[in-house]
Amino acid sequence: MDMPLAIDLARIQFAFTVSFHIIFPAFTIGLASYLAVLEGLWLITGRQVYIDTFRYWIKIFAVTFAMGVVSGIVMSYQFGTNWSVFSDKTGPILGPLMGYEVLSAFFLEAGFLGVMLFGMDRVGKGLHFLATLLVAFGTFFSAFWILSVNSWMQTPAGYAINEVGQFVPANWFEIVFNPSFPYRLVHMVLAAYLTTAFVVGAVGAWHILRDSRNDSAHLMFSMAMWMAVIVAPIQVIAGDMHGLNTLEHQPAKIAAMEGHFETQKGAPLILFGMPNMETERTDYAIEIPGLGSYILTHHWDGEVKGLKAWPKDERPYAPAIFWSFRVMVGIGLAMVALGAWSLVARFRGRLYDPGLLHRAAIVMGPMGFVAVIAGWITTEMGRQPYTVYGLLKTIDSASPIDVPAVTISLLAFIVVYFVVFGAGVYYLFRLMGKPPEAGEPGMPEHQPTRSAGITPTPPLRYPGEARQSGE
Amino acid sequence: MELDLAFIWAGLIAFAVLAYVILDGFDLGLGILFPFMRTSGQRDVAMNTVAPVWDGNETWLVPGGGGLFAVFPLAYAVIMPALYAPIIAMLLGLIFRGVAFEFRWKSKHRQWVWDWSFALGSLTAAFAQGITLGALVQGIEVANRGYAGGWWDWLTPFSIVTGFAVVIGYALLGATWLIYKTEGGLQQQAYGWAWTTAFGTVVMIGIVSLWTPFLDEVFMQRWFAFPAIIYSAPVPLLVAASAYSLYSGLKHRHELQPFLSALALFVLCFVGLGIGFYPYIVPHSITIWDAAAPDSSLMFLLYGASVLIPLILAYTAYSYWVFRGKVREGDGYH
Ligand code: HDD
Ligand code: HEM
Ligand code: HEM
Repeated sequence: MDMPLAIDLARIQFAFTVSFHIIFPAFTIGLASYLAVLEGLWLITGRQVYIDTFRYWIKIFAVTFAMGVVSGIVMSYQFGTNWSVFSDKTGPILGPLMGYEVLSAFFLEAGFLGVMLFGMDRVGKGLHFLATLLVAFGTFFSAFWILSVNSWMQTPAGYAINEVGQFVPANWFEIVFNPSFPYRLVHMVLAAYLTTAFVVGAVGAWHILRDSRNDSAHLMFSMAMWMAVIVAPIQVIAGDMHGLNTLEHQPAKIAAMEGHFETQKGAPLILFGMPNMETERTDYAIEIPGLGSYILTHHWDGEVKGLKAWPKDERPYAPAIFWSFRVMVGIGLAMVALGAWSLVARFRGRLYDPGLLHRAAIVMGPMGFVAVIAGWITTEMGRQPYTVYGLLKTIDSASPIDVPAVTISLLAFIVVYFVVFGAGVYYLFRLMGKPPEAGEPGMPEHQPTRSAGITPTPPLRYPGEARQSGE
Repeated sequence: MELDLAFIWAGLIAFAVLAYVILDGFDLGLGILFPFMRTSGQRDVAMNTVAPVWDGNETWLVPGGGGLFAVFPLAYAVIMPALYAPIIAMLLGLIFRGVAFEFRWKSKHRQWVWDWSFALGSLTAAFAQGITLGALVQGIEVANRGYAGGWWDWLTPFSIVTGFAVVIGYALLGATWLIYKTEGGLQQQAYGWAWTTAFGTVVMIGIVSLWTPFLDEVFMQRWFAFPAIIYSAPVPLLVAASAYSLYSGLKHRHELQPFLSALALFVLCFVGLGIGFYPYIVPHSITIWDAAAPDSSLMFLLYGASVLIPLILAYTAYSYWVFRGKVREGDGYH
């Protein structure tokens, strides 16, 4: 039958739903930590602007978290619905790791999110801060487990294969801490921080442009620009190390990222070009001789493998990988540049004078998300044609689902996601469009906007506050 | 004696699914009843009764699905593709209703959009869950460790009936929950809904119970052959007792009794199903031991589960306790 088509549709569906999902966690992981920092600073200094900014962002956090949860629940069923053979084979290893993800995320939600969102007046400052810290830790812990899962699929370790062809655990430590995991974890968590920083920075910049004296906007912009100064360069280095790790374990992916078809010594660094899978060459290449080898092997004449070293059906699709990689790296470098620019403005004492810098920061606002998705496209397409690298092919992973079924579900996901998350993003923009104020209100008191988390700590009604039904 | 980890996990997964059905059942039920509420004030109140807990309720679905992947990967790999359409429909329904909790308050003019999103999302999710149940009970075609049927196999008269059964049952849970949590006009209306849905639920339980034994030889033996009947016989008797308690609770206008009786009905149906299933996880082709991951996987996750699940339960119980009492129009919570 026309299995390949069904598989392609399933791949598109998976990529589509997971790309939507990753947008929300990338933001909540960073935002949770940002909120913890703000609250901590408030507790130490007692300055009003910290708690104002905290209250401003926590409303945005609540909406984002809700969307992260519903899109995540879809993910946990997708493995079975669309990748059933994969699930059967890898379940004994990946299942428990995801189980831990579920348990920890679940626990976090049941335990602390509610307190963080609504409990400030109930539990007191100290406990509330603890809840915020635990939520931040919980989002990190979620990322820890799910990235371990993904990394194991990229660089499998610590497994054996049983008589029915399942991967079974031999050494849990090796499974969890598989070779690419530390790199991926660091790189992804930094990515989440940067993504958040640039959103916060853009919102700060926007409000500085409209009212250059808004304290809270100053705070946001300043903190975000410090992140750009410090974390963006670290991310470039982390990315480079991640790449070297990939070279060791998945050289074909690197060849595709670099656009190399020939195996050569003293390979050039191809800046731009059009990799062509048919003619097996990269057309219109703009290249710097020797630099490719130097970056990858740290020798000017080191040997770098090209795609032709693999049979045709084991090569990942280079054009997409080549370009998505450049998008990510380009954004990474732009982030470093913006950080440098802000540093100059800061030393000149002009960080808060509305100007070009702020417009540039607004443009860079959503770029973290673009980089995250581009990075994942590089990672995941570069792993093709395998789902478990070198061991299980994508074509042997899929569910026995017919084309019409996947077509319908894919269309349904596309329509529903754009409508529902489109509305959600619109509400987020509205929240971010409001200027932060001195005495910023927290979560609305009379509305049951409990998007997520079991909440044992109802907010107190302030004395004299009028009762009103939800607006 | 060596620990039978597969058995322990079967119990845990069954528990997670039951927890899901009971907890999310009544808040899905509210969604199903949503269109029948008269004023937007009533809808606010209804939403308020579950707003603080719905997310915790719904998260029990993840151990149900994700847990299956971890401990019974083969079952996960067979069931999910077999029930592809209803599962996707359920997920989409849950998205619509989940975001409604948040979005509804964000826009005054378009509140009706999110009210419908909540109602239809809940209805879709409930119906899809019912179909899933029916399709599972009627059996799944398996060959070579995979699903071997077509992509419409789930749709049969039986699964449609179970779909309706679950919708009506959830609506009953929702109505009795409202009786317990509200007062005044909404509570009066809720009594009315409870009568209708209670009648419907009992009829549906009857139909499904009489139909099931004819689907499969094994079910038949469990229910009508000696000695299995010794274990299964109390279930129908208890169902009758719960139904009576529901009736008398509604008649004498007790506020909590109808809800508890409705929950008892659900638990009993679940136990009844369990009797029909055990020891199969995909009836009647894959047993829990066939499907189980190796012991080392089961053990690895059991460590975490045995610490976290009790904590989660304790916390859940605590938060319900904090939110005890009536919800009134015009306020969030007491
Ligand atoms: C804000 C986001 C962001 C930024 C600025 C960068 N990256 Fe990145 N990158 C990611 C976000 C990301 C990611 C989404 O987090 C990925 C996808 C999978 C992963 O582990 O991280 C990723 C993957 C990824 C990979 C693929 C690894 C693999 O699959 O084996 C490499 C080689 C790099 N990155 C290298 C870089 C370099 C050299 C950068 C700097 C110029 C860079 N990244 C900036
Ligand atoms: C296919 C892969 C994935 C699956 C199956 C998955 C599954 C889930 C599920 C089921 C939830 C909701 C849990 C709840 O009810 O709280 C969730 C939320 C979350 N996920 Fe994912 N996820 C995936 C990818 C990722 C990735 C790549 C990351 C980050 C690196 C991530 C980080 C998070 C975080 C932090 C949350 C908490 C909610 C939020 O902040 O939005 N997930 N995920
Ligand atoms: C959250 C960020 C992620 C993004 C944006 C992403 C993106 C993608 C893309 C674009 C594909 C299609 C690749 C192709 O078929 O050529 C894909 C496939 C896949 N990814 Fe990811 N991925 C992410 C995270 C994960 C995680 C955390 C896991 C595992 C837990 C995962 C597991 C898979 C699987 C099983 C497939 C299907 C098989 C395949 O086509 O390779 N992904 N993903």
